Amino acid sequence: MKTLYKKPESLNDIVTHYCPGCGHGIVHRLIAEVIDELNIREKTIGVAPVGCAVLAYNYFNFDVTEAAHGRAPAVATGIKRALPDNFVFSYQGDGDLAAIGTGEIIHAANRSENISVVFVNNTVYGMTGGQMAPTTLVGQKTLTSPGGRSSCTAGNPVKVCELLAPLEGVKYLYRGAVSSPSKINTVKKAIKQSFEIQLAGGGFSLVEILAQCPTYWGMTPCESVKHIETELVKTFPLGEIKKWKKE
Amino acid sequence: MKNKELVCGNIAFSEAAIRGGCRYYYGYPITPQNEVTSYMSSRMDEVGGVFLQAESEIASINMVFGAALTGARAMTSSSSPGISLMQEGISYLAACELPAVIANVMRGGPGLGNIAPAQSDYFQAVKGGGHGDYRLIVYAPSTVQEVVDYTYKSFSVAEKYRMQVMILMDGLLGQMMEPVVFPEMVEFKGIKSDWSITGCKGRAPRLVRSLFLGRGVLEDHNKKLQEKYKKAEETELKYETYKTEDAEVLLTSFGICARFCRKAVDLLREKGVAAGLFRPVTLWPFPGDKLFKVAENVKKIVCVEMNAGQMVEDVRLSVSNPEKVSFFGRTGGGIPSVSKIVEFAK
Repeated sequence: MKTLYKKPESLNDIVTHYCPGCGHGIVHRLIAEVIDELNIREKTIGVAPVGCAVLAYNYFNFDVTEAAHGRAPAVATGIKRALPDNFVFSYQGDGDLAAIGTGEIIHAANRSENISVVFVNNTVYGMTGGQMAPTTLVGQKTLTSPGGRSSCTAGNPVKVCELLAPLEGVKYLYRGAVSSPSKINTVKKAIKQSFEIQLAGGGFSLVEILAQCPTYWGMTPCESVKHIETELVKTFPLGEIKKWKKE
Repeated sequence: MKNKELVCGNIAFSEAAIRGGCRYYYGYPITPQNEVTSYMSSRMDEVGGVFLQAESEIASINMVFGAALTGARAMTSSSSPGISLMQEGISYLAACELPAVIANVMRGGPGLGNIAPAQSDYFQAVKGGGHGDYRLIVYAPSTVQEVVDYTYKSFSVAEKYRMQVMILMDGLLGQMMEPVVFPEMVEFKGIKSDWSITGCKGRAPRLVRSLFLGRGVLEDHNKKLQEKYKKAEETELKYETYKTEDAEVLLTSFGICARFCRKAVDLLREKGVAAGLFRPVTLWPFPGDKLFKVAENVKKIVCVEMNAGQMVEDVRLSVSNPEKVSFFGRTGGGIPSVSKIVEFAK
């Protein structure tokens, strides 16, 4: 009998701490599936962030470390420079990558460190209780923008892919979402593309994933996926932001 | 006989690190230790190592974290304001028990301060610096040869305890040239350990982290750290005494300042004052018990530092006669002259 569906070997068989309807679990699974398919589990080193996904290290069945808030690209740089034959990726949220870790991500990208970055953008700080993130939509209510984010006082959402795209060192950028089965399949392809670029020695790539946070959006899981497709995509358009050109 | 080379302290610790097996150097330019990044950028090429000029000291220390995770010998260096930026990363290195070496070529502070030599980061190096209950092994060399010797051995000491070693010097020692003998090149092939992160081929996956949720888990981890620190405290102590056997006036000082004091001891003895010098080489662990014994019968203890009085607190805590302890120092890049030390101590 042919097995059509099973838990990836790269994922531990335990219950996660994520809230019902959270997008992180889907992203974890996609990463694990891709690592299994590429048969690189034994040479993979993951760098977990500070934020909701800090506990990602409990869920992955390969070597993982945890970086200080925002510093994952610098830690990944240190690992990859020491072990260039290993596969190294960082997993970062929007507060981690686009606020406190802005310096680290821009310079790792600009140096074209041969690493992959999985960037989960759910427009809010989850771990600390729902504060405004750099990617929070204008008008979005959070714990620290109770009247809705004002672009006058808090600026506009940071578009990470568009910010990184002009850097020559950045070889591939894709923005997807985990709001529907078809979009999930597309994101998986993008993750695979990013990982393959690294395996080919191609340089820096990043996949941004719009993910639902029902808890801090004050929505049901179903409303949350709809919110991604009707609202988030207006600010964060989906698709290939920078195409990989094999050099 | 081995050839002597004339080098400044900054080049001395750079080359000593390479001879000691360090192949990963991450740093950011800052005066007065700019010779280091410049030297490492070409020297690492020659030995097949990695030099990377990071975007900040924050990134530098986290790159060291990444390299140390893999079991490699890695280091960074900076001067006071840059070391302040590294404190977050040092706390994480301590929590994750990753061996690493950090050199601080101290300059005047607080703030941007100036670029003159100072010893005002004693508290930061010895009392914690970053958040949490942790310790660094802190060496305070006072000659360029000692800079070489302590940097060279610091990697194996860091690995022995899975601790972080700080080489604490100052702008004067960093810039000053002296003849030194460099030790042999270590053939270091990476740590064979049960903790390094290298990919899980042929073994169970590993995790290196500093987050310990759950009741009592962090407390247990911290107790383990403290036990390790206690062992280091018992075995890694280093100090130097000079003419202390019959001393009535005891000078205490560390680093470059101890050299001025050594000269002051000679001059005081010429004037008929029985002076001696006690110099901690490791600032942590602090050789308090040794100082207690040496200071027991003296009439006067003078602590001399290039700061507003930092090590003097540990001196007072260590001796049985703290009322006899006085402080002489200059701050903000000022250097105490030997004659002023003599005048104060006699």
